[in-house]
Amino acid sequence: MKPNLATLPKPRLAVEFAGLKLKNPLMPASGTFGYGQEFAPYLDLNQLGAIVTKGLSLNPKAGNPTPRIAETVSGMLNAIGLQNVGVDAFIREKMPFLEQFDSPVIVNFFGNTQEEYGEVAARLNDVPGVAALEMNISCPNVKHGGIVFGTDPKAAFDVITMVRKRLSKPLIVKLTPNVTDIRITAKAAEDAGADAISLINTLTGMSVDVRTRKPRIANVIGGLSGPGIRPVAVRMTHQVVQTVKIPVIGIGGIMRAEDALEFLIVGARAVQVGTANFVDPNALQTILTDLESFCVEQGVEDINDLIGTLEL
Amino acid sequence: MRSEEKKHKMKNLQTIVLSNQEISPGYFRMRILAPGYKGTAHPGQFVMFRVRRSLPPLLRRPFGIFQIGSLPADCEGMPEKEFIELIYKVVGSGTEVMRELHHGDRIELLGPLGRGFEIDDVAGDKILVGGGIGLVPLYMLADSLADRSRTRLLIGGRSREDIITVTEFERLGVTSHVTTEDGSLGEEGLITRILERKLDKYPKAKVYSCGPMPMLRAVEAICSARKVALQVSLEALMACGVGACLGCVVKGREHSEQNPDYLCTCRQGPVFHSHELDWDRLEKSAEQGKSS
Ligand SMILES: Cc1cc2nc3c(=O)[nH]c(=O)nc-3n(C[C@H](O)[C@H](O)[C@H](O)COP(=O)(O)OP(=O)(O)OC[C@H]3O[C@@H](n4cnc5c(N)ncnc54)[C@H](O)[C@@H]3O)c2cc1C
Ligand SMILES: Cc1cc2nc3c(=O)[nH]c(=O)nc-3n(C[C@H](O)[C@H](O)[C@H](O)COP(=O)(O)O)c2cc1C
Ligand code: FES
Repeated sequence: MKPNLATLPKPRLAVEFAGLKLKNPLMPASGTFGYGQEFAPYLDLNQLGAIVTKGLSLNPKAGNPTPRIAETVSGMLNAIGLQNVGVDAFIREKMPFLEQFDSPVIVNFFGNTQEEYGEVAARLNDVPGVAALEMNISCPNVKHGGIVFGTDPKAAFDVITMVRKRLSKPLIVKLTPNVTDIRITAKAAEDAGADAISLINTLTGMSVDVRTRKPRIANVIGGLSGPGIRPVAVRMTHQVVQTVKIPVIGIGGIMRAEDALEFLIVGARAVQVGTANFVDPNALQTILTDLESFCVEQGVEDINDLIGTLEL
Repeated sequence: MRSEEKKHKMKNLQTIVLSNQEISPGYFRMRILAPGYKGTAHPGQFVMFRVRRSLPPLLRRPFGIFQIGSLPADCEGMPEKEFIELIYKVVGSGTEVMRELHHGDRIELLGPLGRGFEIDDVAGDKILVGGGIGLVPLYMLADSLADRSRTRLLIGGRSREDIITVTEFERLGVTSHVTTEDGSLGEEGLITRILERKLDKYPKAKVYSCGPMPMLRAVEAICSARKVALQVSLEALMACGVGACLGCVVKGREHSEQNPDYLCTCRQGPVFHSHELDWDRLEKSAEQGKSS
């Protein structure tokens, strides 16, 4: 017989790591939730473990030409090109809205040089409502032939070290999966002083329209996200959890509560939900409700009892 | 009077299909139970449609709202049944799934979304120019115009199968003019020729248009040469429909690399005043817009 879920005590979902206190382990993934405001009509932002913003750069960024998105089997490709309003406009125009909520605000940022990364971090460091920074290192280093910071452990170490010096708030480093061994960049991030690691960013991919013989997105190559990438993301989260001592946030293809649980069981302290927000703006709310039901059904009183319980 | 989306009204509606009929080869008309749409949805707004819990296709599909109506309640004391109607052309994976839906099938709707047509209450000459399936958002527009005896619908398509629902427009009191490229219905040729003729006769008319990009470009060229006010409804690839993915952007008039002026089709559109857009640099991608 199914237990009557309504009468059982609610499970504790709160998690704590890297100086952050989250009501539950669920948050949106950067770039899939705008600046929060876009989703306020659909869900109560106070229910989120944290709010994660669109990636910000020093100056506003126009982004790529269109088409920028293409649906794939079980996922989508995007090459938005990190279009954003720039860090100063964010602080001025977007922060006042986000400050109304008691969910911690995690601001995602990036740069194209070490100096840019450092400068954006420094400007955000002084903003009261910002709980932590998430550093996207999947960006080309324009001073070094456009090699992506996150694919070169030395470059990653250097740029994270530089940001660390200018930032007293918690620093989450978000890894790119487009490397041969994710453990090496994870270690580099830890050694450079990251307080936590989040992964994965999108996998590079490409798709062709066979009738026009053109790439489906203008940028030719794009980032793959959505349910199709989840096994890759779970594998990498597992490997990183085994490698570093700092907390890990799992990201990639989470559509339902069960998907989030995969990451938690391999040892992620929290998860981010990306593409699912596009499919259903209530996705995070639904996942939260289902996560609670799962815990009740399975007799899990505290979600922390589930984290890192992978049976090998 | 521009129809901004009403925040408290926007929600993901889990609902059912009432009917789904093929009205012309490849064109379907779907009626969906949609409480809350009446009185809130404006002409030109759209919905993001999803076959409930279906995977694939992963993403929702955007569709204009053709009309809103209501049926008598099932029994006394119950509220009347509000519905919306979509008209869609089967073009790919998502619409292939949609064509198989029947009465009672469960689906999800997000909407009404976006900014619709700006309607002025002044009676005057109005010309609606539709290309193929592009006539969908024009029906609610026609219905809301003040003096329909001075409203003309110009509708163009490849062939007679592509000309749909014209009699319904006529029932609103609108005069219609049809062209087909193969001459199988109405006048042979492109609809823009009729537009020029009508503007010769009614030089102060306001023009509203929706259809494939090449047609919109031609309409824009004609209207801007004559300094005639034009609103267009654009199509764009959309993942979210709510302004979050930034996949649906078009370049605004003031756009430059240093001073980006990208407009979100889903939030700032899909209807734009033609002067808001940079017609020279509207991306080619928009020209993938299907049907004519
Ligand atoms: C605001 C708006 C209103 C629309 N109103 C209507 C309407 O009333 N009736 C109608 O038949 N069609 C309408 N369309 C176009 C409709 O969205 C596409 O025909 C539909 O998404 C095709 O889906 P598919 O899976 O069958 O095609 P596929 O080619 O398999 O789709 C693949 C992907 O491309 C996207 N896509 C393909 N064609 C278009 C297109 N022309 N515009 C935007 N996205 C596209 C799909 O959404 C999907 O993400 C509208 C589009 C927009 C943006
Ligand atoms: C449209 C889009 C925009 C994104 N923008 C950003 C961004 O600005 N910064 C960032 O670090 N990641 C960005 N991402 C990556 C996501 O945050 C996430 O890591 C990835 O999509 C995998 O998760 P998912 O499968 O749940 O979407 C973006 C993803 C998508 C689909
Ligand atoms: S469709 Fe996502 S921003 Fe417009």
